[in-house]
Amino acid sequence: MTESPYLPTPQFARWRKAKSSAVTGILVACALAVIAPLFLVIYFLLEKGFSSLDWNFFTQLPKPTGEVGGGMANAIVGSVVLLAMATVFGVPFGIFGGIYLAEYGSDRANNWIRFAADVLNGVPSIVWGMVVYLLLVVPFKGFSAYAGGVALGLMMVPLVMRTTEEVLILVPQSYREAALALGVARWKMIVVIVVRTALKGIATGVIIALARIAGETAPLLFTALGNTFWSHNLKEPISALPLQIFAYGLSPYDDWHRQAWAGALVLMALIIVLNVTVRVLSRDRSKTD
Amino acid sequence: MSTAPTPSYVMPAPGSRGPDIAFKWVAMFAAAMIVVLIVMVGWELYYGSRLAIAKFGAGFLWSSEWDPVLERFGALPFIFGTLVSSLIALLIAVPLGVATALFLTELAPLKMRQPIIIAIEMLAAVPSVIFGLWGIFVLIPWLRDSLFVWLKRFLGFLPLFQGPIYGLSMLAAGIIIAIMILPIVTSISREILRSVPNLQREAAYALGATRWEVLKIAVLSYARRGLFGAAVLGLGRALGETMAVTMVIGNRPQISASLFAPGYTLASVVANEFTEATTDLYQSALFEIGLVLFAVAILVNAAAQVMLKSMSGSGPVKVN
Repeated sequence: MTESPYLPTPQFARWRKAKSSAVTGILVACALAVIAPLFLVIYFLLEKGFSSLDWNFFTQLPKPTGEVGGGMANAIVGSVVLLAMATVFGVPFGIFGGIYLAEYGSDRANNWIRFAADVLNGVPSIVWGMVVYLLLVVPFKGFSAYAGGVALGLMMVPLVMRTTEEVLILVPQSYREAALALGVARWKMIVVIVVRTALKGIATGVIIALARIAGETAPLLFTALGNTFWSHNLKEPISALPLQIFAYGLSPYDDWHRQAWAGALVLMALIIVLNVTVRVLSRDRSKTD
Repeated sequence: MSTAPTPSYVMPAPGSRGPDIAFKWVAMFAAAMIVVLIVMVGWELYYGSRLAIAKFGAGFLWSSEWDPVLERFGALPFIFGTLVSSLIALLIAVPLGVATALFLTELAPLKMRQPIIIAIEMLAAVPSVIFGLWGIFVLIPWLRDSLFVWLKRFLGFLPLFQGPIYGLSMLAAGIIIAIMILPIVTSISREILRSVPNLQREAAYALGATRWEVLKIAVLSYARRGLFGAAVLGLGRALGETMAVTMVIGNRPQISASLFAPGYTLASVVANEFTEATTDLYQSALFEIGLVLFAVAILVNAAAQVMLKSMSGSGPVKVN
């Protein structure tokens, strides 16, 4: 009887096992390396930003260049106004688009529209700023809150559309059939039965989109522009937290750096709140299913 | 004589189709807008850049002169900066992202998976401008005083790691972009790895393979194409990163072999100079840069979508 030359020797088996353990260790290290930046960012936001948060930060306007003190009240309000405008402009398009994909639409057309939406999601945000500049800033001769809201709203459309479609498809087909069998018009069936059933999911999608655009700076640079005063008119430039953080972060003044950190902390807190809301909403949904 | 009973219900009037049709058209309009938007963005950027296109022609793409005063514009330093910073980001983010995805799908105890996934999602939610702020005040000082000095001492024989260290540099931009694209590379890789059938793994284990051998021969080789798609999608995101890059790359339109030298990218030159562009030609040149960026981003993203779809076979991999 001859022994197979391929039989593993004990040394070789040990080597293979050692290599496997080494790779396991490397994978663990990689996973730690990936989440480390999150904790580093949050640690420094708290360390540098928290001490600067005071009543003035939330109530005062920015001080003139170089003066110490002041706050970001107008930027906080500006961000809220811009997000509201983006929602008003972008969400209807997104929801109706999602309704079309889920309820009408042939497979072939839908594939193209989905593909376009996914590609559109990857368009650099600065490009939206340039396009809205040409569409709304040049013709109306000035930077405005409207332009900023539209730029952010356009970014919301593909996001809301995809999530709306996904939740509408989850509504059982029998609901639709039951409504149609009762003689309800199709559009009423969609609004009263399908959209109503999926309303929470749609809202979740809108909040996800809001969380994504809340920190966007690039599309606002040449649309909303920023403002160091209160904006009383939506046709005027308006400030936003990300714009203010950008401007203050690059400035040469220590006091402005301090405020940039505080602004970043507030912005991050807002985004975390939005994300937690999404988690709570979608957890409820999976429970009731 | 008995008469036939009259029906006690009435059919809805045929006129009620009106609102139905209107509703359908509104929905169709909204969906069609997505496709219209892509065309519109391309057209607007072309329209904005027609002056520069007429003046410089195709030479715009390989001229490295950028002189707003003399009104001579070329995009080469920005294309170079975008490619190099994105490449650095991919070299860091793809191995780390795939490794983390492997850890999450193959190794991690079930209880540990969810917290790590949530942490990665939170990382994706951090706005670019906050990464930029953190980059300027935390990352750059550390890179300048530690990592770069170390790289220069041990790898200084390479042209990549020579020259003065400023902190603001191509390498710093690459590292920041890497952190920013890690979440998407990781989550898409995870989806791909999860779609690898368990039979693959079981077959390899049955042959006596160790854990690493299973990953290598049964999982990674099976998922290769999809992971490549994840990397391309990461590239698409990397090319367009604007704010954080603008804050850490140093913003100098030059082509340098050293990664310690400042650079400039397509997106960051637009962010920095657009509002200062005083002449029509200057602004038009910036629009042409935007057009180049848009065209590249569309191509890369479309390629990634096609790759990911062909990989997953059935439903499309969710990309968000």
